[in-house]
Amino acid sequence: MKYVENAKVISQKEISPGIFDLCLQTENIAKEARPGQFVSVYTNDRSRLLPRPISICGADSGSGILRLVYRVTGKGTGTEEFSRTEEGGSLRIEGPLGNGFDPDVAESETVMLVGGGIGIPPLLETAKRLKAKCRIVLGYRDSSLFLKEEFERYGEVYIATEDGSVETRGNVLDAIRGKDIKADRIYACGPKPMLRALAAYAEEKNILCYVSMEERMACGIGACLACVCASREKDAHTNVHNKRICKEGPVFLSTEVEL
Amino acid sequence: MISTKVSIAGVELKNPVVTASGTFGSGEEFSEFYDLGELGAVVTKGVANVPWPGNPVPRIAETASGMLNAIGLQNPGIDVMCERDLPFLAGYDTKVIVNVCGRTEEDYCEVVRRLADEKVDLLEINVSCPNVKEGGIAFGQNPKALQQITEKVKSVAKQPVIMKLSPNVTDITEMARAAEAGGADAVSLINTLTGMKIDIHRRTFALANRTGGLSGPAIKPVAVRMVYQVAHAVSIPIIGMGGIASAEDAVEFMMAGASAVAVGTANFADPYAALKIVRGIEDFMKEENIEDIRSIIGAV
Repeated sequence: MKYVENAKVISQKEISPGIFDLCLQTENIAKEARPGQFVSVYTNDRSRLLPRPISICGADSGSGILRLVYRVTGKGTGTEEFSRTEEGGSLRIEGPLGNGFDPDVAESETVMLVGGGIGIPPLLETAKRLKAKCRIVLGYRDSSLFLKEEFERYGEVYIATEDGSVETRGNVLDAIRGKDIKADRIYACGPKPMLRALAAYAEEKNILCYVSMEERMACGIGACLACVCASREKDAHTNVHNKRICKEGPVFLSTEVEL
Repeated sequence: MISTKVSIAGVELKNPVVTASGTFGSGEEFSEFYDLGELGAVVTKGVANVPWPGNPVPRIAETASGMLNAIGLQNPGIDVMCERDLPFLAGYDTKVIVNVCGRTEEDYCEVVRRLADEKVDLLEINVSCPNVKEGGIAFGQNPKALQQITEKVKSVAKQPVIMKLSPNVTDITEMARAAEAGGADAVSLINTLTGMKIDIHRRTFALANRTGGLSGPAIKPVAVRMVYQVAHAVSIPIIGMGGIASAEDAVEFMMAGASAVAVGTANFADPYAALKIVRGIEDFMKEENIEDIRSIIGAV
């Protein structure tokens, strides 16, 4: 079930330059959300028609609090407008949308959660709900390590930084190979080159790799066909080699899609 | 007691609000939000004789009070439409308008023939998509080609035919007259206006297709003007569209001469948009003591 709600802002703070941590009080969305799903956030500026898809960083089913950690994409953007919303204000949101990561993995398995940049936030709720053992690999630009301490509650955390200021210099793949991090499956979210490299790594190691994709969206619910990605097999819904990221995704098995 | 009923080519709609093709899929995604039976009609996404993969991504870009799209008429083909989408829509107390696209006249006719025995109330022929190389707009920018394809489609169609017109022409009344001369039962307008957006940081086009169709409130005054012009040029009914986001917008189109209105891009800004417009028109009628919505058609 999908809902459109006017969600009240409970708190908002900038946790890293340009990265905002927003908590919203929802009626149903947080209760029904699964890790890896996203919400559409609408702007209050009527000249910006389209909702912004933002991944769910936290969803507390008891309190109904939904947490979004997002990046402001530039001056005069919708995300900049969201970042100025203060406690007591509200934002119209729609969700939960998309499929999400499957949290029901056997306890005997080890899952490697791999996040790059603004792809990190949706893995937090995933880590929280997984009963399997987690190894968490996070890639940042520099030493501004947002959410790192929260991830440490759920498993061993490995860091890669582009500038080499913390742990492995380079990207998440450099950390995975450098520290020989082993797992039975990978859950990943981040830039496409990262996902492509992880898919190749998973194929080499013969393990499952699930990737969360993104693309420009209009409706967010599967009607407009804007956010498609190429699929290896003919998709059952579209009847062509295209899958809707907002509906069949955003999480796909790496071998289902062309990265 | 107010009456919101309108008629398009002999087909009675319970209210004048329909969905604009391409913004509503075949209705399934929006049926999670409200009963499709609240709408005058559901207009499906364009369907061709065979599946079409559409254009590369990015396919959309937001613009001021509007958006550009270049989806490229991705569709699963007429077989899937008949097996899955039409039976689904038959479950709702609403009229069904199937939008038909093609590359050649024969492509269009093949789809129209397939639909002859299906539970479809009206056909909308898309001769105005700006985002595909063949077919589409090639028929919609030349009055002779438009009249000819209208005649061809009419010769095989069992349902009344609506020709969907492009605004990307010098004189839209010429195209409307060509459609009428070809035997069209109605016209719908406007499709999107061709536009372009540049990503100045990447120094390239915002859309992979380079150009796209502009829709949303930004184009509404152009659309209202064209509906008004066409209403004075032909005697067949008009379905008006282009940036309708509120009941007031819908009323404006009807006063310009539209018998019904289509809600498109607004569905993306609010999944309940079309339903709210249905309700808003009723409220407007009560406030203004309008008993029959048909009395406002062409009221200016």
